[in-house]
This record gives sequence, structure tokens and C-alpha cells, in this order.
Amino acid sequence: MATAFSAPKFAAQPFTTISPTSQHKPLKIPTAASPFLGSTRKLLRLSSSSQLNLRRRSSGSVFAVSDVVKEKKPTPIPSLLITKEEGLELYEDMVLGRSFEDMCAQMYYRGKMFGFVHLYNGQEAVSTGFIKLLKQQDSVVSTYRDHVHALSKGVPARAVMSELFGKTTGCCRGQGGSMHMFSSEHNLIGGFAFIGEGIPVATGAAFTSKYKREVLKEADCDHVTLAFFGDGTCNNGQFFECLNMAALWKLPIVFVVENNLWAIGMSHLRATSDPQIYKKGPAFGMPGVHVDGMDVLKVREVAKEAIARARRGEGPTLVECETYRFRGHSLADPDELRDPTEKAHYAARDPITALKKYLIENNLSGEAELKAIDKKIDELLEDAVEFADESPLPPRSQLLENVFADPKGFGIGPDGRYRCEDPKFTQGTAHV
Amino acid sequence: MATGFHGVGAAVAALSSSPSNSFDSKKLLCSPRRSFPVRKGASFVADRSDGSVNLDLNPKARRAQQLIVNAVANKADSSPASSSSKPGHELLLFEALREGLEEEMDRDPRVCVMGEDVGHYGGSYKVTRGLAEKFGDLRVLDTPIAENSFTGMGIGAAMTGLRPVVEGMNMGFLLLAFNQISNNCGMLHYTSGGQFTIPIVIRGPGGVGRQLGAEHSQRLESYFQSIPGIQMVACSTPYNAKGLMKAAIRSENPVILFEHVLLYNLKERIPDEDYICNLEEAEMVRPGEHVTILTYSRMRYHVMQAAKTLVNKGYDPEVIDIRSLKPFDLHTIGNSVKKTHRVLIVEECMRTGGIGASLTAAITENFHDYLDTPIMCLSSQDVPTPYAGTLEEWTVVQPAQIVTAVEQLCK
Repeated sequence: MATAFSAPKFAAQPFTTISPTSQHKPLKIPTAASPFLGSTRKLLRLSSSSQLNLRRRSSGSVFAVSDVVKEKKPTPIPSLLITKEEGLELYEDMVLGRSFEDMCAQMYYRGKMFGFVHLYNGQEAVSTGFIKLLKQQDSVVSTYRDHVHALSKGVPARAVMSELFGKTTGCCRGQGGSMHMFSSEHNLIGGFAFIGEGIPVATGAAFTSKYKREVLKEADCDHVTLAFFGDGTCNNGQFFECLNMAALWKLPIVFVVENNLWAIGMSHLRATSDPQIYKKGPAFGMPGVHVDGMDVLKVREVAKEAIARARRGEGPTLVECETYRFRGHSLADPDELRDPTEKAHYAARDPITALKKYLIENNLSGEAELKAIDKKIDELLEDAVEFADESPLPPRSQLLENVFADPKGFGIGPDGRYRCEDPKFTQGTAHV
Repeated sequence: MATGFHGVGAAVAALSSSPSNSFDSKKLLCSPRRSFPVRKGASFVADRSDGSVNLDLNPKARRAQQLIVNAVANKADSSPASSSSKPGHELLLFEALREGLEEEMDRDPRVCVMGEDVGHYGGSYKVTRGLAEKFGDLRVLDTPIAENSFTGMGIGAAMTGLRPVVEGMNMGFLLLAFNQISNNCGMLHYTSGGQFTIPIVIRGPGGVGRQLGAEHSQRLESYFQSIPGIQMVACSTPYNAKGLMKAAIRSENPVILFEHVLLYNLKERIPDEDYICNLEEAEMVRPGEHVTILTYSRMRYHVMQAAKTLVNKGYDPEVIDIRSLKPFDLHTIGNSVKKTHRVLIVEECMRTGGIGASLTAAITENFHDYLDTPIMCLSSQDVPTPYAGTLEEWTVVQPAQIVTAVEQLCK
């Protein structure tokens, strides 16, 4: 079956909203007028071609996606990409993500949560577009920007908010924090603070899926793993090592690059010799796809095919989602380096606004219904904050719990008993 | 420096004439009665308290004195001891590791192996020879040369239900996997609030070999010992190699199993029945009265060689192979300190920040009152291991230094 994902086809016909040849002029030495290598120059090109896109979408049919995913054939009636139920589900999930992050910012400035908090505003289309297609047994691995991935995967807002407040009712009992969201029930395998270190873990989860199918003979095991990471990670060795291994063993994994063009203050273009990340897929023997990450429907279409491919056992896919974070890298980031024009350009492509427009214009929903969802989410979040506020802080006895799965690992004390058998151990110290 | 006393007969005379030895005459009289008879050609038979053990619950099981002149390729007498109820079978240390691994893979289909050249090549030190043919290429996975990533992959697999055994072709290569070992292997059970367990075993050969050069002669136990959430064990005999391998695989905690390049060809007779060695316990190698010598891995053999000399000189050292590098078995160690009041630590780690340093601190904190003299710690020199044979020899602790140290401690 010819899908758009076969590598050679892709190299010839790159699926991108931006024409690739026009923007890669050789980098010039920065003059006083343009202090940053190429970034402003590229943005002007971006804005012109994506305005084209917006216009296209407002007419009701989404040409760009259909071109690639299906063969080019004339469709008599413009078909919708989603049903009403699906549309509302996507809308609610994105609103939940956005509102949650806004609430996080509020709580942070009120002194309810501390440390490094990385917010996902603007990137909701990627999380919702991909994760809402997964089953419960599929796994998701994320980075430190993981609140919304957790919410999309099904972790209750209460559990995430409590975790951020450092309460014992948090999804990780308050021991993980913002950057380490885990849920074994929902198969969210982190939450990693160092970039790139989650990708091998995701590869391992995909390996288990293949192992279960082929060695343990659980024939119906077709669990897929999604690994989310950013543009900065794509210059890291672990990324390349895992692309190699995943393609080599045809692991059921999808590598999702959330290219928001900035790694704290480092522009993607200043850090990468070839900024087109999707091209790195075919180099390792897997398809590389570029998609507009501000459009949840486009992301969803690409995700459908990538996940199906993995489920069928055909191997990994590299999906580059062009997206943008509306806020700084973290709540501690003053965000002074990014050009206001760039920010305005992407703010105009807000994925929630876009989906709302699509739903209304295609008569899938109305203002009232969507407002009701907004209100529902607001109430949910109020409840989550209240729950987190009222939850207890972890007691001293929790400090030494969960260091070892088997607490015999603390060793044998001078009296001959295992230290963990001493009831006073949790009040004492852990060192020998 | 007493380098020449190896003969049995010269013991008493040599002792009394040595100027530096102001040995307590009472102890001198006592020692021949209590010291172990030095039998030539003793076989390696470990007495068990009963015939069918699954756990090595008696670390103080007495062992016959072992005559090991060097740590490599020892040919022992294969005459079975009359006290052993089952005949057992003889094998080399790397075969013992393989046997343990194979038995666990037979027992639990979730156990798998990952590493460079573990599959078709059979392992650089032949620990996994034959396993790929038996279990398949996915269960004994030949990985590309990407330590950080395949260790991380092992961790991800462990979190999602498998029990991987990751082999570092040389422990030094695991420096490349330090990110994954420290951040993920050690931490994720804790940061996930206990939701995910990581029952992974990371193993490989380390230590100073025969002129392998600095990078292939590293002792990583000191680098890893600070990582919270992991356990570290070091094997030294075929018996404990198999036992520790099996225990590590069955443990729910992440375990790093340190093997030594020069010990792979040690031969020993081990029991036929299923057994494991407790991960947290130390092993009593030779009970004694005068001084506690704590050691692990290859240095055990240097200590035992020095012990021969010491016994001939009238000393009665108690030798303990600590085996569990993290956590320390304070019970066995403490009981010994309470008995002898003198401690010598002999290790192959570097002096700075090594296992010996931690052990010194732990003993001082816990058993300070029982010590008659400050703890002495013999470690390798703080140098990158040189290639030249003579320099390499001076880098690690030699038996003669151990003898001198004991003499000094017992003054």
C-alpha cells in the first residue's frame, strides 16, 4: 500500500507549508541591523506562506493534509476530518491544557509552586493531536514541558496540580515535581529534566512492546510509544542513537519533535547545521514528516498514519511539528530575545482559536456549546487547585520511601537486621 | 619490607629476629593453635550448613584455606571433599556467570540481555556464549555502540515489564552511560513516587588487567557509589559470581554487578542445586583473631596470598570479602571489628573517594569505640593506570604491602 510515508517519496515531495528551497540562503555574517543569524529574515517568509494556509482553511477544506496522506484524487464533496464528538474532545483537551498552564502561572506567582516550571501554551495542538489517538496501554514519554502531555494522556488535573504543589496526593507523591510527571496507570513514563534522556527510555518501552509480541507471544500486543521532545534535543547524541536503534529493530515508536524554534535563548537556526529536522529521518531509514503544529487537525492526520504504521509493525516515524510556545522557556525566563513580530505571527495561529473557527464554520458546534466547555474546564481547575491546596504535605516518614523498590537495598545494620525492618528507620538517616 | 617469608618452617625464627616486630608473645603462643593449617593442594570446597540451600544465609561458612599464588587461571585439585554431600561440578568463573544467567533466562521469559557483541559473538569474555542460539536474537540483543542509549533502553524496558541484563563490554564504557545510570536508573523509582520499578542488572568487567592501558583499567565502583537508588555488588569466585548474578536478576532494585577482567578463568567446584547469594551480605573468607582485612574482587586473592605469609609469621588475619559495595554489610563487618579491634581495607579503587574511603567512614562512625588503632586503607595509587608492566604493578596493592600493613597494625 502506498502511503505518503515511504522515504523516497518524501525526499522528493517534502510535505511542508514552507517551500524549502526559498528559505535556506547561506547564512550571512550578522550586521548591526540584524543581530541574529537569519531568524527575522526567515520569519517574514514564514508569515507569507502560512497566511496562505489560513486562508485555505477558512474555506472549509484542508488541502495540504489530503495531498499527502491520501493520493491526489478529486473529492467531489469536501469531507470533514472529524466528527462532532471528536471535535469537542479535541477542543476540550486543548482548552484544558491551556487553562491549566495559565493556572500554573498564577499559582507560581502566588508562591504555591516552586522551582522550574515550563509551560506549554501554544503547543496544545501537538499534544492533543497525537495523544488523543492513543489507547490506555500505549506509552508517552515527554520532557520537562510535560504537564499537558500528562493531562492529554488522562492523568487527572487534581493529581498534576497536587504534584506541582508538592503535596503527597500528587501523581508522584510530590517527589517528582513539574519536570517528572509519571503515571503507571496511564502509561506516562516521564517527565525528564535533562533533554534527550527520555528518548532511550521511550525506545525501551517500544522494545518491550515488540518483545511481548515476539518473545512472550502476546500476539495482540501492538502498543505504541510516543516520544516528545524539542528542537534543541535534535542535536543531542541520544536522539540520533535512538533513531538508529528504532529503525534497525523496527520498534513501534513515533518520534515527535515539537520544534518551537527556541531552546531557551538559542534559536534553532543558530544551533543546527541543517534546521530541517524531518530530513534526518530518512537518513536513518525511517520516514520524516513535517507538519504544521499549530493546526490540530493536520497533526492528527499525520499522527494517525504514524501510529498506525507503528502498530502494523512497520517501524518508527519521525514527525517534526512546527509549533511555538507563547510564553518563555520557563516561568523564570524573561523571554527578551524573541522578536515580537514572531510572537505575534504565531499568536495569530493559536490552535484553539483555529479549531474553534473550524468547528463553528463547519457546523459541528456552536458558540454556546464551546463556552460551556470553557466553563466546565474552569470549574475543573478550580476544583483541582482547591484539592491541591487542601492536600497534606509529605511527612518526614516519606523521605526514605521509594528509594528502593526492595528496601533491603538499604543494607544490613550493625545489629544484624535489615535496616528497613527497624520501625525507627524512617525517622533516622539513610546513610551507613 | 618482608618479602621473603614464604616457607612454613621459618615462621617462628623469623618472627623473633625481626626488629620491627614487637609482637605480643602471648599471641605468638596462641597463634599456631588457632591459625588454619596450611595444606598444600587444598581444593576449593565450601562447606554448607545443610545440603540443600537456596540462600547463602551463612556467610561465615568456613572455607578451607585456599592456596592461590596468582589470580589468573588457577588450576585447583579436582578431588571432591568428603564433607560435601553433592558432588557439584567444576567450572570457570565466566562459565558460572553464564550458568546463572542461563538459569534465570530459563526460569523467567522476561529476562533478556543487551549489550555489544553479546549475541553472535558470545560476549567479549564469553559470558553469553551460546545464549543467542538458544534464546534468539531479540532476547540476547546485539546493540550498536551507543552505551548511553542502550542502557536507557534497558531502563525503559525494565520500567515496562522486562528484566534486562545490560552488559558493558568494559565497565569503563559505562562512563558513557552515566547519565542514564545516575538520572534514570537510580532516580526514577523515587521521582515517580514508586510507580515504576527498574529491575535492571548492569554488569561488566572492570579493574586493572594485564597492561590494558589507562582507559580499559578503570574502577567505576567509586564513581557509582554515590548514586542513590542502586545497589552494587562485586563477585570474586565462581560460587559467588553465579549466586550474585542470580540474586541481582531476581532483585527488584537496579543492581550493578562488578566483575574483574583477571578473574574470569578462576576454577571452582560449585553445587549442582539452585542457590543464590544474598546481595547485601559480606562473605567470611577466613576467620581470624588479630586483624580484620576487608577486601573485594581481585584484591581478595592478593590478601589471601599475603595471609599465607602472615600466618607463617604467626598472625591470624580475619579476611572478609565485603561483596556488597553498596550497601555495606555492617553486621558482618561490625562483628569482626568487635573481635579483632584492628581494620585493614585492601581495595583496587583509587585512594580518593573510593570504596575504602566510604568504608573507613562507615566503620569509624559505627564502631569507633571498638578500634584500638586507626583504620588503615590500602588503595591503588591516584594515577591513570600506566601501560608499562612495572608501573602497573606499582599502581595496585601487592601482597607484600598488605603484609607490612598488618605488621604495622598489629604492633
